[in-house]
Amino acid sequence: MNERVAIIGVGYTQLRPVSSDVSFREMIYEAAVRAYEDAGIEPRDVDTFVAISEDYHEGTAIFDEYVPDQLGAVLKPVHTITQDGLTALASCVMQIKTGLFNIAVLEGHSKASNILYPSHIDAFALDPVTVRPLGFNPVFLAGLEMQRFLVETGNTEYHCGLVVAKNRATAIKNPIAAYPAEISIEDVLSSNPVSFPLKELDIARKADGAFVIVLAKESVAKRLSPYPVYVEGVGWLQDTPNIEMRDLVSSLYLTGAANMAYREAGIRNPIREIDFAEIDDTFSYKELQHIEFLGIARPGESGEMLEEGYFDIDGEFPVNPSGGNIGCGYMYDSSSLRGVYEAVLQLRGFAAERQIPDVETALIASWRGIPTASGGVVILSNRE
Amino acid sequence: MEFKGKSLKDRDFKEKNILYTDWHVKAHYAWDCGVALSKFFEGLKEGKLYGRSCPECGRVVIPPRMFCELCFKPTDKWVLLKDEGRINTFSVSYVNTDASRREKPNVPAVIEIEGASEGMGILHLVAHPEKIEWENLEEVLSMIKIGTKVKAVWKPSNEREGAITDIKYFVPVKEE
Repeated sequence: MNERVAIIGVGYTQLRPVSSDVSFREMIYEAAVRAYEDAGIEPRDVDTFVAISEDYHEGTAIFDEYVPDQLGAVLKPVHTITQDGLTALASCVMQIKTGLFNIAVLEGHSKASNILYPSHIDAFALDPVTVRPLGFNPVFLAGLEMQRFLVETGNTEYHCGLVVAKNRATAIKNPIAAYPAEISIEDVLSSNPVSFPLKELDIARKADGAFVIVLAKESVAKRLSPYPVYVEGVGWLQDTPNIEMRDLVSSLYLTGAANMAYREAGIRNPIREIDFAEIDDTFSYKELQHIEFLGIARPGESGEMLEEGYFDIDGEFPVNPSGGNIGCGYMYDSSSLRGVYEAVLQLRGFAAERQIPDVETALIASWRGIPTASGGVVILSNRE
Repeated sequence: MEFKGKSLKDRDFKEKNILYTDWHVKAHYAWDCGVALSKFFEGLKEGKLYGRSCPECGRVVIPPRMFCELCFKPTDKWVLLKDEGRINTFSVSYVNTDASRREKPNVPAVIEIEGASEGMGILHLVAHPEKIEWENLEEVLSMIKIGTKVKAVWKPSNEREGAITDIKYFVPVKEE
């Protein structure tokens, strides 16, 4: 099938630190109803469903069995991906590209507030014989990487604090964000040390919520939607699981994923051909590292560009107009679907108070969080 | 029969003669029941079974849910159901979760609750009406079959906590 694939519907719930009034089913149903209404479809029109979940984040084994009801997917083709949201989006695109499916639905959610010992779950992901017995809280991995990244590139803790202040403040204009705030760089720099040089406010706090996204092949999309947003390129890959062997300066997983997506989208010069980006900022330094290794800035230059306002929402290349994970809340593997949701609103011109004028092309880049080195990149465009 | 290699004994694990990892992950979770299951469990605490009805297809579903998974419409009414029903299917189980054998079997069953739509049931245990424990398969089969009418036996109200175990079990009852 040579047709492009488009996003024709997006549904969300408010992102919140806790959501004890609704079950995961009721939360996802709310997002699904909004997405189907937005796309002008009923669940019976959907040919295939893809969901994101990780059993240890959900609290049951074989969580994929819990997927169908709240999406209207009973007795329909469904599969679950235990990977980052953009990898799951790539799976939807691939299924449509086979020519066998016209409409695909992607779901991701977080009930992070229900995980009582999240560091223990992260620790269980570490190598059982070479790393785990050392007994560190897994957040030390971010400290190790931040240290090496800052020393090698010349970016500073001050720049990291600026990322936090920018994203928390940007989130004030995003009605779904969980952690909007006016905070100063000094607040970040003086917050509790966690794993030097990482401090408490450098870390995105977790949020509950759900996103549902409807995709369709171009001919169907044009019939159904007055404002289809096209998936121009996708890329995803993983670095080695051996933490000691990784390049801890460069986020090579995103360089590779971006090259894959840029190639498909025909992008040669990302900073000139892309208008804005939603980029993983689970830790403050990650936004800078990802900007540099996506090819948006040269290594060592992102901090100064940030200081000059280059990545502000009204800057030359806005990064995280939604407020990012730091402003909106970290949703594990579903975080990147918030980036997709934001990009679709911006490309439709529906982002209200935080609308960036005249945008045509967006980049979304994800990282799967500690202790992984895997990520994805998606290029979206509203160009016919 | 002789096999090549060295066989492992329990003490090889205990004495760490082999590389062996044992990690007790603290996989503890809160569980947000939401609107539908919270009402269901509140009902159990009061000795009541609540279902929910779909305005589109008219089904009454139990355990209740806030949307109909077939029509994809919000359900809109609470329906108080009887604490009795009929056995949709049952099994006679001789194994515990840890795979050890049970001397006396227990009987898990799907019980279609009266007043709910056909096929709507809850999973629970069926016990012997007088002595609770079943002696053996033959005794079970002599008293229950698919379609047998059963009624809930509840814990005393001061012991109920809003859990599925507030119903101790179901027992077969005579047809009226």
